[in-house]
Amino acid sequence: MDDLLREFLTETNESLDVVDVELVKFEQDPNNEKILGNIFRLVHTIKGTCGFLGLPRLEAIAHAAETLMGKFRDGVPVTEAAVTLVLQSIDRIKQLVADLEATEQEPSGSDEDLISQLEHMAEAGKVPEPVAEVPKHTEGALIYQVLERQLRPGEVSLDELERAFRETAAEPTATAEPAAAEPAPAAAPPARAAKAAASKVEAKEKEGDGEAKAGGVAAQTIRVAVDTLEHLMTMVSELVLTRNQLLEIVRRHEDSEFKVPLQRLSNVTAELQEGVMKTRMQPIGNAWQKLPRIVRDLSAELGKQIELEMIGQETELDRQVLELIKDPLTHMVRNSADHGLEGPDQRKAAGKSERGTIRLSAYHEGGHIIIEIADDGRGLDMEKIRQKIVDNGLASEFELEKMSEAQIYKYVFAPGFSTAAKVTNVSGRGVGMDVVKTNIDAIGGTVDLKSVPGKGTTFTIKIPLTLAIVSTLIVESAGDRFAIPQLSVVELVRAQQNSEHRIERIRDTPVLRLRNKLLPLVHLSKLLDITTIGGEAKEPVSEEDGFIVVMQVGQQTFGVVVDAVFHTEEIVVKPMSTMLRHINMFSGNTILGDGSVIMIVDPNGIAQAIGPSQSAGTTEEVDHEEERARDTAQMVSLLLFRAGSHEPKAVPLSLVTRLEEFSVDKVERSNGRDLVQYRGSLMPLVYFDEYAQRKTEGSLPMLVFSDAGRSMGLVVDEIIDIVEDRLDIEVGSERAGMLGSAVVKGKATEVVDIGHFLPQAFEDWFRRKEISSEALTRSLLFVDDAPFFRNMLGPVLKAAGYQVTVCASAPEALDMLEHGRRFDVIVSDIEMPEMNGFEFAEAVKRHPRLRQIPILALSSMCTPASIERGRQSGFDDYIAKFDRPGLIAALKEVTTHELGVAA
Amino acid sequence: MSDDVNGLNESIQYVTVVIGGQLFGLPIERVHDVFVPESITRVPLSRPEIAGVLNLRGRIVTAIDMRRRLHLPPRQDGGTAMAVGIESKGESYGLLIDNVGEVLDLPTAGREPNPVNLDARWAAISGGVHRLNGQLMVILDVDRVLGGMAEAIAA
Repeated sequence: MDDLLREFLTETNESLDVVDVELVKFEQDPNNEKILGNIFRLVHTIKGTCGFLGLPRLEAIAHAAETLMGKFRDGVPVTEAAVTLVLQSIDRIKQLVADLEATEQEPSGSDEDLISQLEHMAEAGKVPEPVAEVPKHTEGALIYQVLERQLRPGEVSLDELERAFRETAAEPTATAEPAAAEPAPAAAPPARAAKAAASKVEAKEKEGDGEAKAGGVAAQTIRVAVDTLEHLMTMVSELVLTRNQLLEIVRRHEDSEFKVPLQRLSNVTAELQEGVMKTRMQPIGNAWQKLPRIVRDLSAELGKQIELEMIGQETELDRQVLELIKDPLTHMVRNSADHGLEGPDQRKAAGKSERGTIRLSAYHEGGHIIIEIADDGRGLDMEKIRQKIVDNGLASEFELEKMSEAQIYKYVFAPGFSTAAKVTNVSGRGVGMDVVKTNIDAIGGTVDLKSVPGKGTTFTIKIPLTLAIVSTLIVESAGDRFAIPQLSVVELVRAQQNSEHRIERIRDTPVLRLRNKLLPLVHLSKLLDITTIGGEAKEPVSEEDGFIVVMQVGQQTFGVVVDAVFHTEEIVVKPMSTMLRHINMFSGNTILGDGSVIMIVDPNGIAQAIGPSQSAGTTEEVDHEEERARDTAQMVSLLLFRAGSHEPKAVPLSLVTRLEEFSVDKVERSNGRDLVQYRGSLMPLVYFDEYAQRKTEGSLPMLVFSDAGRSMGLVVDEIIDIVEDRLDIEVGSERAGMLGSAVVKGKATEVVDIGHFLPQAFEDWFRRKEISSEALTRSLLFVDDAPFFRNMLGPVLKAAGYQVTVCASAPEALDMLEHGRRFDVIVSDIEMPEMNGFEFAEAVKRHPRLRQIPILALSSMCTPASIERGRQSGFDDYIAKFDRPGLIAALKEVTTHELGVAA
Repeated sequence: MSDDVNGLNESIQYVTVVIGGQLFGLPIERVHDVFVPESITRVPLSRPEIAGVLNLRGRIVTAIDMRRRLHLPPRQDGGTAMAVGIESKGESYGLLIDNVGEVLDLPTAGREPNPVNLDARWAAISGGVHRLNGQLMVILDVDRVLGGMAEAIAA
């Protein structure tokens, strides 16, 4: 393409964007001469250049639009219709320019329709209101222009340019001097006008001082091709590498005379690098440029009054990121205008101003840029969203019940989700928000939303400043180095023996127990299938010797085992060769400071390889304790194992202290029973299947149960997995040691009664507590609607030395109490049908005879609010359902306290 | 290629290389540079032909092991490998070869089609054969060398 033409295209495109914005501003503020002057100047420049390049169609439209705007300048009132027409012409120009860009030729065709409208508007708008003097001159000039255009549409005459010069008087650089000088050779008729124009130019110059300055600033920028910058960037990176090598050489030679100049070189290089980086940065306002126009058109289309506020336009971010968020931003603004804001009537009814506001703001925060899109509309319609979630089968009503508002709002980003009742031209097609989220995810950003009914919705987008430079952690695996983006690294853990973070094995799969969360562990070398160093096979490092990089991707948290961790390094991401792009474990590669190439690990790829099923059940919102508690109420972590028979068996993980594996030869036999040395003491072993053939070699996997300093190992055949699932015992069991059968992960699974096995190791397991004497055995009423907990906690409470009576519902328990059964303490569940725990406690406390009985709440929902509620209802204590030691301690406290009082 | 239609006097310059004892020729205009590959970073999970990536004056170059590409056994003599730098679709590649020979100016008329019994895998990347004094030079079609791999990835 011709250089001149290319230059023209870029410049025109930019001018057109500005004209768009300015016109919308102008419509709202028709008396602002400065804005009009700016628009006029831009359109005029386009017209002038088109004429120069021989683009008659473009020139003709620009000319007609300019004429109309000339009218505005002369005082003709600005109407919405007129502005719309001008905007339409701008659109037409854009379209022509786009065609021109594609074909390098101005497309043929006629714009007579638009031009005649523009002319008509210019004529019709010429009401005799404005000052008499000026229109007279304009009128003359107008005829002159129209004539000329019709006569010689393809050419630009010197006359016209000149006249335009004189007429516009908006070019401050074209000083009065040439303008005044030119009229002499010009034709006689406009001479008078020229004089007037010349004086006008002078006046303009005086008042337009600021404008002139702005022009000066513009002249200080030059246009540079992106390729040039990219190349510069590469060269600077190269320079940095060379410098590093030189520094390395000098470091080896003490007293080198190169030391000082090299230091200087080093500083200059660093500055150069920073400078080149800066050239990639652009203000975010560039991505917003089209929005005022879009909002204006939308407000007309939707019949809403919308004001668009933009804050922080100057906030800079990388060119590449800017390109990627342009479309999502536009979509979100459209969405806010269409769904977020109400119509004027509705707004009035709601006591708001008729004019709705969409506020767009951007600011820096850490290494990120935060963009907020806020509207003061009606807020998200919770009911509609819920309905839609259920209709689309994304979640059941039951599941929705457990979700917080924030969680439900998140579904707005689900594919094919649109709550707009009818599909409008603007949005509501159910495509969009999911695309927005995908796009933002792709650049390592996050999107969040807040909504207050009746007050509005705010979307918050957080994106990295640049994609080009990423802070990474350099690690080693199987002799090779890899870079892991720090954004997804949560923490580094070294799991050694005796450290607080333990590695446990489920069958052969290692898991990391980190602050009571189980994280799946995976070796980077296994993920990448690298098992050789220099052709020799190498065993992957054991989890205990390596480092664990805990990573979080979306909702998934997992640990990646690496051999070594070096340091963090800011790296410049370079795209991978097409030959390697299919490997989704890597997102790119780069050259490190020492000149070697390193592959950048893609956290998303790893997350996919691990698979969502294995991820730890961490909920996304850490601060929503309540949700978490509610979730766990339904989901129980179960340890699956095989013992005795082929069917899987399950036991709640919370009851198991540890998982161990001992080799058979470690087992010692003493006093007729099997023991192993464990943590400095002897631990008795109980075989799940007493009559099965004992293994003579290999190792014995076992579940270790510890309580009050004593441990026992339950030997099983094989530990299968840890799963999260609901536990409903569907079929009871008559067999000793079995509570019954339940469906776990789609398979019939026997739920083991640990209470059956514990006494086999220590006969006094259930009777050895401090309060073990018969006299002190206290009676306890345990109320819980879930058979699982009745079955599971029954033995636990028995073990603590209580005589336990279980009861499946609160009314039944009340009945029992009122009919004279005496209990020393009551333990009750909270979430129960018919009568919940709070109501039950209140009923008990109301009863004069029962009032004295201490009552403990046992709930899976342990939030400050529910604990307070429990206190008000009369509970003496409130304990989490899986907090076995807590329950025992609380029981001990209330019962001994009571004893003390009694004595 | 245009030389098919040109006259008898036309000739092409070839950079000759040796891979597994066989002489190959690459059209000189496709060869950007010849270098000694240093510190190649292997890329896990990549195709076996890809030896890895390396830094060549600030550019990341994908190194292709031509012995593997040609289904030849790995090199045993322990000599230093050489690499021929080529560009394809805006990306840089380095073809790892055993030795670089001289540049030959060969008349296009002397080019003969692939022998029909040539190993199909070789025929797929060969642009013909030149008979030299005492040996044959196989013309390496760079685009087909890379193209074949790209297709295999896409498949």
